[in-house]
Amino acid sequence: MKNDSTSKFIDRSFECILLICVAVSVLTSASVIALLGKESISFFTEVSLSDFLFGTRWEPLLEPKRFGVLPLVAGTLFIVFGSVLIALPAGLLVAVYLSEYSPKRLREVLKPIIEVLAGVPTVVYGFFALSFVTPTLKAVFPTTEIFNALSGAVVVGIMILPMISSLCDDAFKAIPNSLREGGYAVGATKYEMVTRILIPASGVRIGAALILAVSRAIGETMAVTLAAGATPKLFVNPLESIQTMTAYIVQVSLGDTPAGGIEYQTCFAVGTLLFLMTLTLNIFGAKLMKRMPVGLSS
Amino acid sequence: MTSNQPIIETQNLSIWYGEKKAVNSVSMKLFKNRVSAIIGPSGCGKSTVLRMLNRMNDFIEVLRHEGKILINGQDIYNKKLDPVDLRRKVGMVFQRPNPFPKSIYKNIIWGPKVNGLKYEPDFLVEDSLKKAALWDEVKDRLHSSALALSGGQQQRLCIARTIAMNPEVILMDEPCSALDPRATSKIEELITTLRDEYTIAIVTHNMQQASRISDVTHFFYEGELIETGLTESLFTKPTEKRTEDYITGRFG
Repeated sequence: MKNDSTSKFIDRSFECILLICVAVSVLTSASVIALLGKESISFFTEVSLSDFLFGTRWEPLLEPKRFGVLPLVAGTLFIVFGSVLIALPAGLLVAVYLSEYSPKRLREVLKPIIEVLAGVPTVVYGFFALSFVTPTLKAVFPTTEIFNALSGAVVVGIMILPMISSLCDDAFKAIPNSLREGGYAVGATKYEMVTRILIPASGVRIGAALILAVSRAIGETMAVTLAAGATPKLFVNPLESIQTMTAYIVQVSLGDTPAGGIEYQTCFAVGTLLFLMTLTLNIFGAKLMKRMPVGLSS
Repeated sequence: MTSNQPIIETQNLSIWYGEKKAVNSVSMKLFKNRVSAIIGPSGCGKSTVLRMLNRMNDFIEVLRHEGKILINGQDIYNKKLDPVDLRRKVGMVFQRPNPFPKSIYKNIIWGPKVNGLKYEPDFLVEDSLKKAALWDEVKDRLHSSALALSGGQQQRLCIARTIAMNPEVILMDEPCSALDPRATSKIEELITTLRDEYTIAIVTHNMQQASRISDVTHFFYEGELIETGLTESLFTKPTEKRTEDYITGRFG
């Protein structure tokens, strides 16, 4: 016989514990947002929003101080576009191979190997950029600087590749087999089936994968700090040093900038902008991920 | 029977899934402009045999077969023959309607387009939809998504899509199993009108359906072809005990 009062007590306590866990995560998010907000507000009492958003020079640590965030945004965008340009086609092709071409046994070996790429600590990618990618680039383009934007984009591309290939693979797997057979039954080759049925039918979810990967590339910190350097530039030369938004935050956090000063608050202003960018992309990407063409769910 | 030359013929066809033998030495003939029904209980190998006829089983890694399949006297598993060419001539309609997630119009022209056939798109769309008895219902929304159609309409669209390739043979793998009775009777009506132009092989677990629409019936049981006969005589005076047991509902 079950003891009723004991089991009721356990049941209630369990619910309580769950509630506490939820509360802790919600409170953490809320306090992060509050902190970002508070420091940003005091930053924007001294620097106007339009100077920050549209200013073309970012020199917060030198006199005269300038707080135009565009050079940092330009650095981040270069890394995003460069890495996506590498990772999207490669990731898509990897996913097509894994999902449609590879024999089952090979797939079971290949998939975890590719996913290992996602588990490598990002600082290792930074190191990989400095010790391998940059020297390789230098061999091809002798003017390449030690810290350069291209190297950063390449390693971030390698980092987000498994994410894209894995999400695209999921997207392809979600397409019912009957749709492939429908294509074959009217005389399509595998290539025609993949390019004209499978990829278009997965379009929404490939888009979602892309957005989530972009969000990851925007937030990437360690690898770009190590690979791409700390020189804010509005007009990016791929072979020269740049600075991304995240790399700037690292620079200030590690330096001897006193807490409370305007230089210190720049971190929060940049952080807020970064947070808003990735939040928007994540919400958008998650929404797309859920959407499937009607009738394809079976 | 008008013609004694079978359009499709299997000779001692045996099929294995891995170690398991699913079909045992089936020799079956399908004749031109006839509707041939393949009936039998679940797991008797009838769909497996049907899917061999346009090499749809090529995509199943663990499947292997012995014996020959001839279409117009030509061995379709001959290494020189491209299965893609075969499937242009031998179309297939599946258990669940599987229109492409594109417009009705594009569903029809998709096959001829990827195969580089010569066609006049508007005519082809109208002609195929008329033959599939779907034209009147969809002529005002040809460019809306095929997925918005009802299940029965989707299945007729899939038949139209098959017809658009102008195949010699149309294979149907339980085409009504996912449809309601009204949609089913429309498809059955359609099949009887298609026999004039095409050779049709239909797998079905519905014996009434087989007796209504087919000229010839093949009864499969446990991977073997037990009995073949004109539909009328097979259903009224079967020669095999197992056929009789099945059609009188003693099992399956």
